[in-house]
Amino acid sequence: MSTDYVNINTYVSDSIAAISTPLAPGGLGVIRVSGEHAAEISDKVFKSVSGRSLAELEGYHALFGFVYDEKGEKLDECVALRFRAPHSYTGENTVELSCHGGVYILKKVLEALYKAGARPADNGEFTKRAFLNGKLDLAQAESVMDIISARSSSAARAALSVKDGALSKSIGKITEELIDLGSHLSAWADYPDDDIPQVDDDMLSSRLMNAKTVLEKLINGFDAGRIIKEGINTAIVGKPNAGKSTLMNLLSGCERSIVTSFAGTTRDIVEENIMLGNIPLRLADTAGIRETDNPVEKIGVDLARNRLKSSELVFAVFDSSLPLTDEDYELTEAVKDIPNVAVVNKSDLETRVDMDYIRANFKNIVFISALSGEGTKELTEAVEGILGTGNIDFSAGVLYTERQKNDAVRALDCINEAYDAFMMGFTLDAVTVSCEGAVSALLELTGQRASEEIVAQVFEKFCVGK
Amino acid sequence: MEDIFTKNKYDAGSYDVAVIGAGHAGIEASLASARLGCSTVCFTINMDAVGNCPCNPSIGGTAKGHLVREIDALGGEMGKTTDEVFLQSRMLNLGKGPAVHSLRAQIDRNHYARVMKHKMELQENLDVKQAEIVDIKQTENGEWTLLTRMGAIYTCKTVVIATGTFLGGRIFVGDVSFEGGPDGMFAATYLGKSLKELGLSLRRFKTGTPARVLRSSIDFTDLEVQEGDEPVVPFSYDNEDKKLENKIVCHVSWTNDRTKQVIMDNIEKSPLYSGMIEGVGPRYCPSIEDKVVRFAEKPRHQLFIEPCGIDTEEMYLQGMSSSLPEEVQIKFYKTIKGLENVKVMRSAYAIEYDCVDPVQMNSTLEFRDFPGLYGAGQFNGSSGYEEAAAQGLVAGINAALRVLGKDKFILGRDTSYIGTLIDDLITKGCTDPYRMMTSRSEYRLVLRQDNADERLTPMGRELGLIGDERWNKYLSKEELKKKERERAESIVFSPTEELNRILVSRETSAVTTGVRLSELLRRPQITYKDLTPVDTTRPDYPAYIFESVQTELKYEGYIRRQKADIAEMRRLESRALPADIDYRTITNLRLEAQEKLNRVRPENVGQASRISGVSPADISVLLIWLSGKNR
Repeated sequence: MSTDYVNINTYVSDSIAAISTPLAPGGLGVIRVSGEHAAEISDKVFKSVSGRSLAELEGYHALFGFVYDEKGEKLDECVALRFRAPHSYTGENTVELSCHGGVYILKKVLEALYKAGARPADNGEFTKRAFLNGKLDLAQAESVMDIISARSSSAARAALSVKDGALSKSIGKITEELIDLGSHLSAWADYPDDDIPQVDDDMLSSRLMNAKTVLEKLINGFDAGRIIKEGINTAIVGKPNAGKSTLMNLLSGCERSIVTSFAGTTRDIVEENIMLGNIPLRLADTAGIRETDNPVEKIGVDLARNRLKSSELVFAVFDSSLPLTDEDYELTEAVKDIPNVAVVNKSDLETRVDMDYIRANFKNIVFISALSGEGTKELTEAVEGILGTGNIDFSAGVLYTERQKNDAVRALDCINEAYDAFMMGFTLDAVTVSCEGAVSALLELTGQRASEEIVAQVFEKFCVGK
Repeated sequence: MEDIFTKNKYDAGSYDVAVIGAGHAGIEASLASARLGCSTVCFTINMDAVGNCPCNPSIGGTAKGHLVREIDALGGEMGKTTDEVFLQSRMLNLGKGPAVHSLRAQIDRNHYARVMKHKMELQENLDVKQAEIVDIKQTENGEWTLLTRMGAIYTCKTVVIATGTFLGGRIFVGDVSFEGGPDGMFAATYLGKSLKELGLSLRRFKTGTPARVLRSSIDFTDLEVQEGDEPVVPFSYDNEDKKLENKIVCHVSWTNDRTKQVIMDNIEKSPLYSGMIEGVGPRYCPSIEDKVVRFAEKPRHQLFIEPCGIDTEEMYLQGMSSSLPEEVQIKFYKTIKGLENVKVMRSAYAIEYDCVDPVQMNSTLEFRDFPGLYGAGQFNGSSGYEEAAAQGLVAGINAALRVLGKDKFILGRDTSYIGTLIDDLITKGCTDPYRMMTSRSEYRLVLRQDNADERLTPMGRELGLIGDERWNKYLSKEELKKKERERAESIVFSPTEELNRILVSRETSAVTTGVRLSELLRRPQITYKDLTPVDTTRPDYPAYIFESVQTELKYEGYIRRQKADIAEMRRLESRALPADIDYRTITNLRLEAQEKLNRVRPENVGQASRISGVSPADISVLLIWLSGKNR
């Protein structure tokens, strides 16, 4: 049984894309696109200021411009660097897109590239291609071999856990139904002399609809699955000494930040993975975001601003014992487009903060006392409410990897195609072919290989032959 | 045994290519080899067995019809002969889609055999000889010597084995069992041993055939009649413009509870259930006792009553093959409506025979470890006249090309059902006799029976098997298709009342602006025929031109996607694997993959990827290993 998700049918020839810098917040992030049509695919996402396209650009040249998502919305500034085969890392046509909008933006750009025709790169796939194209020596190749072997065994563990889980059950059930459908359609076509009834229209459409429903649920739940796996990018912001570090330490249960009473002491981004109820958060304690002339402190402030941009959730911390300042207003403005919770701190002291302003600008307000640990339950509920994680149905299982999601999307495309063909009144051979396409994508998803399943079933289930 | 081979031996001369067997595989192999200019000899155990159809009196059927058209497109003989001797023709699966349209013809089986034998006799460069080959050896210079039972020794550069069910044939009827070939012929009893000594591993497969009964003993009164289709679509592209006519009808009847009862009462008398037969039978062609036991819930099974020919009263009972004792057979046949007083002329029987595991071969059907030795047909583990002929053609062509020192002729899964058949055999092997099915081709919207000539005739021409007349006919047909396609893309119909009446009557939406012919034909519901009243500039082309253009337009999206899949598959196929790899030395491969790869020894990465038990991860390892080795 296959335990790896290298899609051999698309190996080498197609274009792959991935973020090739470490997933650290702030600073530059580079996305590499490699494959025959790397430039053409990138041109769908990247538009240069000069109007030149990457496809026509000579190798080792760069263009400045912007990247857009598929709806045409501007995502980020970008410098695109063009490499022409064989003069690139992989030996293929390559484009490197340098953006600086942080991890969240990079992922958006990556998604746009997938929609434009690239597919997610497998682990080590750039290296693998580099080797296949003669860009690496044998010693390096040995280590690639190791990567692949290691990958197989980790994939084996993943497959094993998938096998027992809800995912494999729900995928298994629709795969079985589709194989059953496919074998009926095949028997009906291949044995016209045997009295095999035509597949019932209702059965056909209900099987396809059922597969469609399950797959859509899985694909929609993918982001939730990713959340569960990767954690939610969460920033804690607030003016200096509002108590952000204290909150973070409270939540993470260990002292990682430097907590002092002097404003501006938290200069580095400190990340901590914590569980808030059932939700994993990748919590980043940032420096304040106020304007500063201190060059060292400025670095921290810039980092904080960038981290904020890439966040999926923000805790805006206010000190209840102090009146609001300009910085609080700035901060409120900065987080208004990001899912947020106002965390009003030090609630055991006399309240001097302007609660009306906070109520007017924040839908979710939680009072906590970082020192006594009070209020964390309310925070948990607020976050669950915002993310909707309380409402996600995981009964159909969860897709964990991009590869699984890709297979599920491919299967769904085939199902839709089969359904459309059926509804439009196409002959059933077209429906059958699409149905088989879905089966092979699903078998790839669960790590089995498509091959003889449908033919084998024809003989098991139908009394056919002269 | 040895003594019969030592007396009276004599040197009978030499040939380029020898073909053992003159069934459907042997015929195509012999004709192709001779036509490519090689001196060829074809041995048959009985001169009256040339082109024999010992089972159903029909050629074609689902996917098999595709094979026959492909054979014809490459310059083979099966389609032409079928057109000469057919009795009734049907295009199966009309309404199920162009991918599964399949041609089938009832034939006059004696006439078929006579025509084929005559063509063999008339063929330049070809000698047909009645002789049983009893021994085969390879000489030191790589040539082959064949010894006949009469002591003649032939020396040949290449050999095609196409022994069908003759090789080690054994007949079973109830507890009666004896050595024998099909239709009461002798079996080839010695060659198997010789092949084993050579180093081939043989195994046993079995198949069976129903009884032949006397026409006048059947009461056709209440039986459903099955007519042929009009107009008849010929198998051969040679005959596309000829008008052929159906000559006979077939009849349909059904088994019933009493049939079932007789069979169940006697089931222990079947050699299959008593364990006498060790051979593996085909899943797709079960005997009636098999059907009754395995599908006990089915109240009845269909059978077709088909004439064996024009000048014979023998009728074939399709669907009723059996190896039960003769007495039981007669008893259960008589339970069937129409057959109450049936007179059996030849009993149903099962036959067990020797064949090879085809994973020992490469895609030219040459044995990997025995250069110059080829196999085709049932000997390779397949079943069916058409599957045999298809392999015979490829094996014969390659046996000749080897002699001529030319490049191999390999058909891929992307170009043909023939290529799919061979690829399945050599990469997956088979655990029961292999039958072609449309579901075996992943590219079946591209590999249609209507475009076999488009896919293969240029290859046949290049080989030298397509003559000038046929080639010119092909070129002008392609030209017409191209012209009509261009016309369909350019001509615009106004949104007239008449057009909209047609569209609405076909339950598809009316148009408000001008619309291209091609756009209308892309609608699933609309055909050329529907548009006849408005399509006033339609040229006077043969119907198959319009049929072809219509299919290509309607299924354009699917065809495009399958062609993209094909392009991806070709990339993997272009990465050749050296013949001498010991896969056990590639330690990153999983154990199962090492074993399977060592057994199948694929020629390229594409083939390797289709072997069951070889995972995508193993393929990655293989690609990397390969690149390292090549540099």
